Amino acid sequence: MSEIKKFMYLNRRAPYGTIYAWESLEVVLIGAAFEQDVSLAFVDDGVYQIMKGQDTAEVGMKNFSPTYSALGDYEVTKLYVEKESLEERGLTIDDLMDLKWEDEDEDWAEKDSIILVSREELSQAMSEQDVVFSF
Amino acid sequence: MKFAIQINEGPYQHQASDTAYFFTKAALEKGHEVFRVFFYHDGVGNSTRLTTPPQDDRNIVNRWAELAEQYKLDMVVCVAAAQRRGIVDNGEAGRNGKDATNIHPAFRISGLGQLVEAAIQSERLLVFGD
Amino acid sequence: MSELHTVNKSPFEKSSLESCLGHAQEGSAVLLLEDGVYGAAKGAAAVEAKMKAATGIKLYVLGPDFKARGLSADRLIDGVEMVDYAGFVDLAAEHDKVVAWV
Repeated sequence: MSEIKKFMYLNRRAPYGTIYAWESLEVVLIGAAFEQDVSLAFVDDGVYQIMKGQDTAEVGMKNFSPTYSALGDYEVTKLYVEKESLEERGLTIDDLMDLKWEDEDEDWAEKDSIILVSREELSQAMSEQDVVFSF
Repeated sequence: MKFAIQINEGPYQHQASDTAYFFTKAALEKGHEVFRVFFYHDGVGNSTRLTTPPQDDRNIVNRWAELAEQYKLDMVVCVAAAQRRGIVDNGEAGRNGKDATNIHPAFRISGLGQLVEAAIQSERLLVFGD
Repeated sequence: MSELHTVNKSPFEKSSLESCLGHAQEGSAVLLLEDGVYGAAKGAAAVEAKMKAATGIKLYVLGPDFKARGLSADRLIDGVEMVDYAGFVDLAAEHDKVVAWV
């Protein structure tokens, strides 16, 4: 296990209606311990996973959206969000959670985890991966 | 070539497990190696030995078990997904105070790390889902 | 790197095919399987146009799934190649990785 692989988790599903988003996040958390070069991609309905203001009190399910804020602590700091997917849904980046990570090499400076990319840029990033996980 | 297989759906409801089976079988018959078959989400339902399909239908669980027997396949069921969905082996029954087990002996329950490890160790990851 | 993309949803029900074709890079391949095979059947103008617009991308359909759904080879959109499970394995091995648009 010497070589570091580039892993992308491709998220194309909305949360709560199905369990895919939550259980795929569990893979990301466990996978972080393997110290690979990890990124997440939020495409299509996947952008709904990181909407701010999620309140699940009345549907009786756990609100797992705070977990995305913890990803930085797991050194998962590259969250690609596709611009076209947001636009198609009438959303902007301001509708998403403000996800940050702290850069140890720059005196723990807070940096944005979300990287807003075009479809073309996302496709390019995807093509550079060794492994793409889909859930 | 070394393949890893991930199955996200249960048997019968969705074709994913069937497609994964035929892919895995074809890969093995071609002389490729299948490092691991990992069952996640509702895919854990492929591992219960209590499955009883009608006689004129395929037995998806036994079919996996037979392929595993023939090729010494490592078939792993995700523990967290299995606990949620009531797939139980002896260890889990003991830990969680359950009075029964239902896992087929061809499968083993283990952690999600087994999926990540499979993706690292294999040259290709194939995902079969809904 | 070149990818093999797999699509298993009917293009009439889900946007997986459209999303996949929108992200597939030139030199990659797309394999339609399960309910995805309806995307490879002639006659549906809008879907056929999307498939034909995918220039520089090699298109495949999983034959067993096509046949299971009452579709015969003469219904296949021109330029789409039919493979069996062994052919699927070959495609997965020939490309650097496989991306599932589940």
